[in-house]
Amino acid sequence: MAVFETDAGPIWRKRTTGQSMVRWFCWLIGVAVFLWCWLRISDATTWFFVWDAPEIAADILGRATPPRWSYIDRLWWPIWDTINIATLGTIAALFMAVPVAFMAARNTTPSVAFMRPIALLIIVATRSINSLIWALLLIAIIGPGVFAGIVAIAIRSIGFCAKLLYEAIEEIDNTQVEAIMATGASRWQVMAYGIVPQIAPAFAGISVFRWDINIRESTVLGLVGAGGIGLQLQGSLNTLAWPQVSLILLVILVAVVFSEWVSAKVRGAII
Amino acid sequence: MTTATHRDLDDMLGTRWRRPPMVKRQWLRWTLAIGFLAYLVAAFASVEVNWLRVWEGLDRGGAFVAAFASPDFTSRSADIWSGILESIVMTVAASVVGILISIPIALGAARNIAPLPVYMVCRSIIAISRALQEIIVAILLVAIFGFGPLAGFLTLSFASIGFLSKLLAEDIESMDRSQAEAVRATGSKWAQWVDYGVIPQVLPRLFGLSIYRVDINFRESAILGLVGAGGIGATLNTAFDRYEYDTAAAILLIIIGIVMALEYISGVVRARVQ
Repeated sequence: MAVFETDAGPIWRKRTTGQSMVRWFCWLIGVAVFLWCWLRISDATTWFFVWDAPEIAADILGRATPPRWSYIDRLWWPIWDTINIATLGTIAALFMAVPVAFMAARNTTPSVAFMRPIALLIIVATRSINSLIWALLLIAIIGPGVFAGIVAIAIRSIGFCAKLLYEAIEEIDNTQVEAIMATGASRWQVMAYGIVPQIAPAFAGISVFRWDINIRESTVLGLVGAGGIGLQLQGSLNTLAWPQVSLILLVILVAVVFSEWVSAKVRGAII
Repeated sequence: MTTATHRDLDDMLGTRWRRPPMVKRQWLRWTLAIGFLAYLVAAFASVEVNWLRVWEGLDRGGAFVAAFASPDFTSRSADIWSGILESIVMTVAASVVGILISIPIALGAARNIAPLPVYMVCRSIIAISRALQEIIVAILLVAIFGFGPLAGFLTLSFASIGFLSKLLAEDIESMDRSQAEAVRATGSKWAQWVDYGVIPQVLPRLFGLSIYRVDINFRESAILGLVGAGGIGATLNTAFDRYEYDTAAAILLIIIGIVMALEYISGVVRARVQ
């Protein structure tokens, strides 16, 4: 903040001259970087295809409506697969995330110097790679199918669940833990009666939250061959069966909205 | 109330202490447990696993894990670098455009600032953007605009709008009214009111969210290539298809490294602005 003396009296400004110069310079660099990025995108684009995009979009929309409702009969099984991928994947992820979270939390880790970095590395590595990439990798390893999808979802979710869980563990009330310790409880008894009850609500919330995200992600895992409704989507796209595509997209939309509703309800009931 | 608790205590005296259950109502607890078990049985029964195939694949799994120890950055370095650069370019451009568009939409989606019609329109934009996954939007946009980073850029911008606007609108709705009213009391116009009364309150959050979104956009840009929307995904897919695990490992390590760097930067920035 600065006050400038002028002939007409002092004037208040948000910034001094130097500050605003630095800001303008930063803006200049930012704009330059953005323009350069835009130029590269523009160079890699066939603008001829972009100009007639409205017609293409209208054409696709025309082909995609009305959705082929009768196709729903062949979607029930893929929908069931999709739900299984999300649910079993989440359960498997939680089993793996709990020990990682306890290793990563400062107040429960067996050793800060050795175990904690490993746990944090697991969290970052599993979180930063998308479930589609995990699926791609697992299909190469264990073959296409629902199982690859479950494992992909499970691995991808470890980092997310473990990160939120270890933050919850670090925020627990230590007096309760000390009270249990004072009764002469062993290490595991302290864990079971002092720590677990405090993080149980957070744990339930995290698992439902992640399940909701996993429903979303498992609907598209089939695009790379990992089972579920995405497989049908890929098949319909490849055969240009747009009425089927629009029906599948509608089903996915309903599934996403439904899972979000369930997760919001359950989290509301817990908190 | 007090008598009731005394009764409870009296009843409990002499009996063994039991942990309070998470779900209070007994019938609901049992229904949930049995329903969940039944679901698990049905789910496990319906998932077909070809264990022979899994067993055979474990060698390849081992080969991939081993590849992480000796990633090959060099033999496909030209493809890797052009892919990574394209991912970064898409991320930067899409984040900038996404942030610029999401600010007015966030203002419109905050009930304490916008009138009801504007609020409804902005909220429905956010709902649409959040309900559609990036990869599905990318498929549609590739079909419409053709292959290349433009489709990826548009996808990421579209996805950023829903994410940023929703969180920013929630922040605006929970802002301190008295500061905004103080600015309004000076006789400011609407634009000045927003500029001096609202924006300064939500700016730290906007910074934090934006950097977080850059992080997400980069991660997402890594898969857009699978459907032809540009970025490193195409290179990665090819590497997997050709079983070149050492190249794939190199790409994944680069992605992890960049995400870690972005997370570190975002932590520093958020600590400084708050």
